[in-house]
Amino acid sequence: MEKIENNRIAVSCSGVTKTYGKGETAVQALRGIDLVVPRGKLTMLVGPSGCGKTTLISVIAGILYHDQGQCIVFDENLKGLSEEDRTDFRAYNIGFVFQAFNLLPTLDIKENVAIPLLIRGICRKAAFETAAVILEQVGLKERMHSLPAQLSGGQQQRVAIARSLVHNPRLIVCDEPTSSLDHETGQKIMVLLRQVALSQDCALIVVTHDARIFGFADYIAQMDDGHIISVDSPDKMKEKV
Amino acid sequence: MNRIAIKMLTGDRAKYFGILVGLTFSSLLITMQISVFAGIMSRTFGFITDIGLPQIWVMDPKVQFIDDVKPMQDTELYRVRSVGGVAWAEPLYKGILKVRLQNGNFQSCNVLGLDDTTLIGGPSRMIEGNLSSLRRADAVIVDEVGAKGKLAHTMTVNGQNVSIPLKIGDSIEINDHRAIVVGICKVSRTFQSQPVIYTTYSRATTFAPRERKLLSFILATPKPGENLNEVCQRITRVTGLLAVSSYGFKYRTLMYFLTSTGLPINFGIAVFFSFMVGTIISGMTFYNFTMENMRYFGTLKAMGAKNRLLLRMIAIEALLVGLISYCMGVGGAAFVGFIFRNTEMAFLLLPHTLIVIAVVVTSICILTSSLCIYQVMKLEPAIVFKT
Repeated sequence: MEKIENNRIAVSCSGVTKTYGKGETAVQALRGIDLVVPRGKLTMLVGPSGCGKTTLISVIAGILYHDQGQCIVFDENLKGLSEEDRTDFRAYNIGFVFQAFNLLPTLDIKENVAIPLLIRGICRKAAFETAAVILEQVGLKERMHSLPAQLSGGQQQRVAIARSLVHNPRLIVCDEPTSSLDHETGQKIMVLLRQVALSQDCALIVVTHDARIFGFADYIAQMDDGHIISVDSPDKMKEKV
Repeated sequence: MNRIAIKMLTGDRAKYFGILVGLTFSSLLITMQISVFAGIMSRTFGFITDIGLPQIWVMDPKVQFIDDVKPMQDTELYRVRSVGGVAWAEPLYKGILKVRLQNGNFQSCNVLGLDDTTLIGGPSRMIEGNLSSLRRADAVIVDEVGAKGKLAHTMTVNGQNVSIPLKIGDSIEINDHRAIVVGICKVSRTFQSQPVIYTTYSRATTFAPRERKLLSFILATPKPGENLNEVCQRITRVTGLLAVSSYGFKYRTLMYFLTSTGLPINFGIAVFFSFMVGTIISGMTFYNFTMENMRYFGTLKAMGAKNRLLLRMIAIEALLVGLISYCMGVGGAAFVGFIFRNTEMAFLLLPHTLIVIAVVVTSICILTSSLCIYQVMKLEPAIVFKT
């Protein structure tokens, strides 16, 4: 991995460990993770099931406390933040895209997209106006009054992407964003995600199993058994394979 | 986020109506039970309410309630009149006498004998005739419900039973004495639902079986400027009789029925079960609703919603459901009461009942939402990455 200037570092993890449970049933999900994620780049976390990918993005996104090590996101040591401050930190800095979209089924698309702004206490009118602008960017302006169930899987994921971007976060974490979609739709989603997120100079972390989208990454961090075993560009990774 | 909370709740119609129905049903049942109970209790002192003019009721000290008549000697009336501060005192006969109907059946009736001169204690609402007609020979006034119901003539026309209400000019037989109906009045329904017959005191005592003592109550009023309670105490001290205000007698009657009958416990059990049904149905549905939305609460948490925001959202949902259910339950009960207002159904919706139901519905909402709030509070936002 090429050297990243300090002011371009979004996430810096060193020696991060996380264990679930205690005693004989304890499972060590992360065993000393060292990872740097730059801004304006798409970093993919890949690896077999149960290798700790989801745990790692949960720690990076500030929704899970790690046990040991340091995880610094935009100069904030997440372990040093109180629960309240972490929640605030997420509200202002992190965007989420989920495998199952997690759109609220009883809210229309515009309301779903506006949620991060409403959580921050922005008034409804302004939040909906911003949501409409983002929905236009993802090509769903005409469907803004539809319910999620009235959209295809690809359209729902575009809504989820719009929701993750609406509050101008500095880091977007995506968990298997294409696994519920067919190949063509998955490719379109990745093009959109890359284009929209990186144009805002966001750091983008994508957890995936889907080898067909590896080509969209700037860096691919390969994980196994709670470790990062390599961080390469997609081309270098291909050469290795 | 308040509207988002409401849309989350109302968007799932089936669950939303499930919660509403449970809570509405509960508040309807509880309102009905309490209102019917209040209605029945108000009937226990209906006589006292109807006899509005006198402010003081004087009676044997052992009387526990209005129907518990322990007759006094007629001379007690003069003793009461002689007490300082008493403006006037008049006799009242109250007894249950048998009335023979034209078809040969007997019907027990509440007979009230009013002072022959003043007719104090007479019905306040005459539908036909007038109170002064009681001064005519053998005259009685019958209450409207009794005249149309239990005292009505029944005859068979073309094989069908036809009921002809008692009217002015009809004669009835009270304890082997002839009586002529000279008026129809409206009175509060009685606890035992017996017809009410008004006549004069002297005539009532001739209708009644021979007894040494026949004076049931003495109705009195203090002189202007006299303190009501002090006059009552003075009558009691001087005569040894029990003298209470109208309000005090109502309270005494009410307390007798509350403490000496099984009514409160029976109605209380029904109210308790209504509360339980409401809590369980609404609680289960609301809990299921919350659990099914746990993924979305987790999503909101992950996106930066603080616990107090989620708490507010659930509280708003509970408040909305509670408010709608309360209005529908109380409104439904009031509607039932209105529909059956002229029947035997005892229904009295008091302002206190509205407050009680509000407290009950609020309690159910707090109970059910507390469980949901607890689940949401302890929810780990990392749940969002689990599929």
